[in-house]
Amino acid sequence: MWTMTNINEKRKEWEEKCLKPWLQKAGQREEKFETLSGIEVKTVYDPVDIEHIDFIKDIGYPGEFPYTRGVYPNMYRGRLWTMRQFSGYGTAEDTNRRWKMLLEEGETGLSTAFDFPTLMGVDSDDPLADGEVGKVGVAVDTLKDFEILFDGIPLDQVSTSFTINPPAGIILAMYVAIAEKQGVPKEKIRGTIQNDMLKEFHAQNTLVLPPEPSLKIIVDIFEWGIEHVPKFNLISISGYHIREAGSTAVQELAFTIADGMAYVEAAMERGIDIDRLAPQLSFFFNSHNDFFEEIAKFRAARRMWAKIMRDEYGAKNPRSWWLKFHTQTAGCSLTAQQPLNNVVRTTIQAMAAVLGGTQSLHTNSFDEAWALPSEEAVRVALRTQQIIAYESGIPNVVDPLAGSYYVEWLTDKMEKLAWKYIEDIRKMGDGSMLRGVLRGIENGFFVREISDAAARYQREIEEGKRIVVGVNKFTIEEELKIPILKVDPEVQRRQIERLRKVKAERDNEAVKVALDWLRSAAENDENVMPPIMEAVKCYASIGEIMGVLKEVYGTYKKPIII
Amino acid sequence: MEKKIRVLVAKVGLDGHDRGAKVLARFLRDSGFEVIYTGLHRTPQEVAMAAVDEDVDVVGISLHSGAHLALVPKVINYIREYGGNPDEMLILVGGVIPTDDIVELKKMGVDEVFIPGTPISEIVEFIKKKLPEKRKKK
Repeated sequence: MWTMTNINEKRKEWEEKCLKPWLQKAGQREEKFETLSGIEVKTVYDPVDIEHIDFIKDIGYPGEFPYTRGVYPNMYRGRLWTMRQFSGYGTAEDTNRRWKMLLEEGETGLSTAFDFPTLMGVDSDDPLADGEVGKVGVAVDTLKDFEILFDGIPLDQVSTSFTINPPAGIILAMYVAIAEKQGVPKEKIRGTIQNDMLKEFHAQNTLVLPPEPSLKIIVDIFEWGIEHVPKFNLISISGYHIREAGSTAVQELAFTIADGMAYVEAAMERGIDIDRLAPQLSFFFNSHNDFFEEIAKFRAARRMWAKIMRDEYGAKNPRSWWLKFHTQTAGCSLTAQQPLNNVVRTTIQAMAAVLGGTQSLHTNSFDEAWALPSEEAVRVALRTQQIIAYESGIPNVVDPLAGSYYVEWLTDKMEKLAWKYIEDIRKMGDGSMLRGVLRGIENGFFVREISDAAARYQREIEEGKRIVVGVNKFTIEEELKIPILKVDPEVQRRQIERLRKVKAERDNEAVKVALDWLRSAAENDENVMPPIMEAVKCYASIGEIMGVLKEVYGTYKKPIII
Repeated sequence: MEKKIRVLVAKVGLDGHDRGAKVLARFLRDSGFEVIYTGLHRTPQEVAMAAVDEDVDVVGISLHSGAHLALVPKVINYIREYGGNPDEMLILVGGVIPTDDIVELKKMGVDEVFIPGTPISEIVEFIKKKLPEKRKKK
């Protein structure tokens, strides 16, 4: 039977007698090898590398603290992850059609892509919206658009995710209003609003209100949501965009967990019971190309969050210790060159997400470095998930990579590196993560960290140290032959017409009363959700509602940091 | 000493994807250009005004929003309106741009469109080669 001592001896002997002469003779491709995050990795790992890891305490069994191996005891043997393709373009009619096609093809949850005007809370007839209506997602101005969007889609049978931030509360109110129209009790509706403004300041830049009032409204949504929509995820704390903006996997992990802690602290300051809120928190991560690093990241995230919720914030219910997450494969890894190669990249990334225990997954389409995905491309993306689910055997055993010397070492390593960042942020906030994150936004800490990492990555590509197949190596002369989705240029005109019609036909007095109520709620530091709910039901537009919030709270201009 | 080439790197419209623009700005600066970055969410008027005020040689517009066919010609027209001469400048576009639209943009006066994954060294070379060529033609 081996012991750590004789393994140490054996390894030294192997290094001397086996590896060294081999290297002298055959050499190796690189001086040193690193993960995508720049973590140096050794030739081989053995039990000594994970000697400090306690199986029961640090790894354990799925469904039990610290959930390293997954939040559910039998994971995908019970239910597969939700296959949820982020989708939307043109008008509500166009998107409703695409959604029905995806559901018919076996998608199991909806995920809404909005256009930029909707994301930024401006109406389709605003001069700032010119040229952008319906381009990167569906255009939504009022409840009328939501009625069309969810036509024939029963809200008691499907869950819907909404990637939207400054107007997240308005969108949630619209969804509740549609449920009411369909006769579905709001307590039953399931889905997610992204509602994560902190990462907007770090990375994604959908910025409208300043940080403090943005957080205030998020906590309003928490407070309202735990009462009214108990099955709905009230936030999706997102690392995805931080990674897309160029961060490393470690930064993605650290900043996302830090943001999560800031939200929990903000909610607790309001007096919200953490055990009531926690089950309605969810997370969203990126899955990039470095297969093992991504798997380690997901496992580390779960372990960290469980410890934080139980030990730092004192959550009592084991359900509150779960880190549930959605994953999207890395958009920034897609290449315009040789687009079919992207199918392979996406497959590797999707496998990492599944091996990492994701609750839902979006797989990117191969044509997305060119445009929004065509029907054919989105079908291949969905089929990629289905092949992993039904043909690969991967989902049949929970956390099959546990116990791999390398994966366990890397999981632990990433956790340690992430804690280091978290402690630095806590220091910036004099012991408070909430203040630390806000301070880091104010002093440009997050933006600088991410920009520096993005520049480092680009430099490696420019210098040929990092190979991107088809881009800086294995290139060919090619002509693009894939079909490209074209958004009808008439969308903007049609959308503006619809908005005008809604405004002409609605009860404008009721809209005014609701908006006045909203203004007074915002000015008097009351919860803004009840008046937003009212305004939405009277067909007030997103631009009108955000307009009131902008008047009261002011707007935010991001400092320029290159 | 030779006058440095002045480049405006611009984000126009509501799109917040600034990774490409910022990385490009950094690398152009490191390659010896004078770089002005507009920051996010600029209107075509603001971009054009900056181009004229800063008397730049190159305008690089980054979009990932699909709004390029609407916004890029506006920038070019406003440059002219504000007293600049887009025929004396290089007008470059970068981002998620379908091939058919690249043809359209070039008809509208764009000198080159760079798609995701373009090495920055290629953009640097392009500017150094094409700027004097374009000015010679005039």
